[in-house]
Amino acid sequence: MRVLGISGSLRRDSYNTALLRHAGELFEAEGAEFEVYHGLRDIPPYDEDDDAEDAPPQAVSRIREAVWDADAVFFVTPEYNSSIPGALKNALDWVSRPLATSPLRYKPVAVIGASSGMFGAVWAQAELRKVLGAIGARVTEGEVAVGYAGERFDEDGRLNEPNLEQEVREVVTTLLGDAQSAKISQSAANAVIT
Amino acid sequence: MSTVDTQVLPSGRWQVDKVHSSIGFAVEYMAGTFHGTFSDFDAAVTDGVLNGSAKVASVQVKDENLAAHLQGPDFFDAQAHPELTFTSKAINRDGDRVTIDGEVTIKGQAETAEITGEVSDPIADPYGGERFGLTLQTVVDRDTFGVSWNNPLPSGEPALSNEVKIIAELQLSKQV
Repeated sequence: MRVLGISGSLRRDSYNTALLRHAGELFEAEGAEFEVYHGLRDIPPYDEDDDAEDAPPQAVSRIREAVWDADAVFFVTPEYNSSIPGALKNALDWVSRPLATSPLRYKPVAVIGASSGMFGAVWAQAELRKVLGAIGARVTEGEVAVGYAGERFDEDGRLNEPNLEQEVREVVTTLLGDAQSAKISQSAANAVIT
Repeated sequence: MSTVDTQVLPSGRWQVDKVHSSIGFAVEYMAGTFHGTFSDFDAAVTDGVLNGSAKVASVQVKDENLAAHLQGPDFFDAQAHPELTFTSKAINRDGDRVTIDGEVTIKGQAETAEITGEVSDPIADPYGGERFGLTLQTVVDRDTFGVSWNNPLPSGEPALSNEVKIIAELQLSKQV
């Protein structure tokens, strides 16, 4: 099982990226391959004029291919002004087009988040789930809100609270289960077609 | 006073004429009624039992992005549940009025439903065959089937109604 991890934060010492790396360890502990996507800052602002079928911007091709190649996508998002970070939303706008053939269509996805305030990016998570649903992704149930993120990581950038780690593990295992079900269902559909 | 006729539909096998029939839905959305249809569907009456199905991937609306959204997991989930189906369990007729108890399956969830409508007696068509008509409708609670997407209006009220009318206008041609 291949899982692509995307952090909505570009900041070098981002709590969300640390949370993503910690979740990656949990995915690997479950036997999955985990790859962190690093190209968010390279994606230009969405412009349909630049979305030529044969030659979209290279950074766009890279994220579309990375999503295609993954069995599931795991998002970790901060919250900017009560919503999704612009860079992340912009990337999703590129990946979503055209909607009928988007690599996110029917893709199992999960969302968790962290914030330095008390609420743990719950509004951004809710909006991200809404956007992913509108794109046609298979949005896994489960939410982890890491509030007061400045106090929630140890020196190695790992969650320092077992309860939070357990919450993340539950989302990880649910997403892997959904991805496994989707794979089986897709194999069955392909068998019918062929 | 009317009488109920339990010999409600003609015997034998009758297959839908797909060109001159339609299966669709109507649902209150914001300030009006939104309609959609399925272009790929099937229906047949065999010895008085009605079966119907529609391919989710064939949903027809006036925007390709909306069609893609309707096929996604927020709505019908065409990948996991490619078909909607209906099977009749009991049919009663009173004149040209018909009441059908049956089972509707949407998004893999089967629920009982009562369908009402009109039936016409068979006529000879211009192609040497026989056909009769069924105009049917039922109202389902889409939330029961896990089709639960919504979006709040500024008032806080949901933009999309849970009650969805399913409408079938069928011409069924006798199979020999």
